[in-house]
Amino acid sequence: MAYEKPIPIPNAETKPYWDGCKRHELLVQTCESCGNAQLYPRILCTRCHSESLTWKQSCGRGIVYSYTIIRRAPSKAFSADVPYVLALVELEEGVRLMTNVIGCSPDKVKIDLPVRVVFEDVTDNCTIPKFVPAGA
Amino acid sequence: MSLRGTAAIVGIGETEVGNVPYLSCTQLYVKAIRQAVEDAGIGLSEVDGLITGNSRFEPYLYHAEMIAEYLGIRPGFCLTVGTGGSTSNSVIQQAVAMIQAGVCKNVVIAKADNLLSGAGREATIESMATIGHPQFEHPYGTLIPALYALLAQRYMHESGVTPEQIAHVAVVNRYYASLNPAAQYREPITVETVLNSRLIADPLHLLECAPISDAGAAIVMTSAGRARSMRQKPVYVLGVGESHVFEHVSQAPNLARTGAVESGRAAFAMAGVTHKDIDVAMIYDAFAFIMPMQLEDLGFFARGEAAANIAAGKTRIDGELPVNTHGGLLSHSHAGRPSALLLVTEAVKQLRGVLGPRQKAGARTALVHGEGGILASHCTAILSTEV
Repeated sequence: MAYEKPIPIPNAETKPYWDGCKRHELLVQTCESCGNAQLYPRILCTRCHSESLTWKQSCGRGIVYSYTIIRRAPSKAFSADVPYVLALVELEEGVRLMTNVIGCSPDKVKIDLPVRVVFEDVTDNCTIPKFVPAGA
Repeated sequence: MSLRGTAAIVGIGETEVGNVPYLSCTQLYVKAIRQAVEDAGIGLSEVDGLITGNSRFEPYLYHAEMIAEYLGIRPGFCLTVGTGGSTSNSVIQQAVAMIQAGVCKNVVIAKADNLLSGAGREATIESMATIGHPQFEHPYGTLIPALYALLAQRYMHESGVTPEQIAHVAVVNRYYASLNPAAQYREPITVETVLNSRLIADPLHLLECAPISDAGAAIVMTSAGRARSMRQKPVYVLGVGESHVFEHVSQAPNLARTGAVESGRAAFAMAGVTHKDIDVAMIYDAFAFIMPMQLEDLGFFARGEAAANIAAGKTRIDGELPVNTHGGLLSHSHAGRPSALLLVTEAVKQLRGVLGPRQKAGARTALVHGEGGILASHCTAILSTEV
């Protein structure tokens, strides 16, 4: 069955991130001048504006900084998932990313819940990082 | 040179709101503008600056220019501004600057949209689902209420505010709407009704989310000098402050503290007034939790205390600080773009003293706060009948 949810379409600056996801690696863009870790990737560092940026692999662990349980699907493609968790996870590297927390009942998700990354190969060409409770 | 007190709002227009299927978006614009201009006692041809907010479903590439053409006027200054509830206040600052600089004499700011009859509830909600960063947010199934919910959850976690306290916001807004024949939803509700209403995205219940409406609003601004000899008591702009903290929620540095802290500080600094000088406040409340959160960020209450004060009746008309006396976005209307301007027109009516049962006695100074995006951009304005 075709995947009908929106998929990320990489561009030059985001391609390394999405290629990393295909390899099941969570990469974080890191500034070589000041050490700032950032996502989404850019051509300059948001903290010091240096253009010397590199990629480092995240340990894949973090905590839930905030979350919600979506009970009304934004579009038909998400109808079967409702209720599902939309969350902001703060990685140990200090970067936050938006994601879904899966692998548990939505009512088990809380702020500060430790989570770890998993990778969903949604198409032959696209893998999206999601998170599960770290104990799972 | 400060903009303080150099310009005033001298005319306001508000269309019927709610379900208005017999007026197109453009007609809502035109009706609101005509009303404002007549209220100001000037002719349409005297308008030499026009700022509009385009339309979600009847958009034009050059919208303000189209409205000027429809009206048969030729202003020297035309500006179409983007979405976001902060823009109504931020363009007030721009209008003041154009007037103070002598570029414009009479600036009209107008916003209208017909989200309900023009597009319908389903289409409007679907259009809100395209929100979020296309690569880093959208694939996870984003929706405007869900993105706001991320802030609500974090705010409640850090402040200790309870769902019951926040539900009071919806109850008080509905109380004001019951006093306002123009409001879309007027039947009184209880905390229980609010908390029993369907969850959209935890912790947001249906009755804590603004409705979908049609509405149009407009204001006329001119110099303080000219304002003093016009029909209505002038409402002077004493201070405006803005802040732009982020665009995508995943990039927000702090989900429990907003840019209202900075925009409020800047507005108070320009106005040279303090919180106790504010007689009424109008806060852009697309969701109930926004009101206490913003009242705290603006400095009216300590962290976590605004909601308890709202629950205790402090923002009702007989309370210390009436807030959203027209019913708020939650009960008066939410047509998107016009909502922030309708906060301004209600504030003007408070300061003119014309609101009868929902009039704050002796109101002289009002604060209006708009937020845009997902509590990302902020603009605070302080208006007064005294300079």
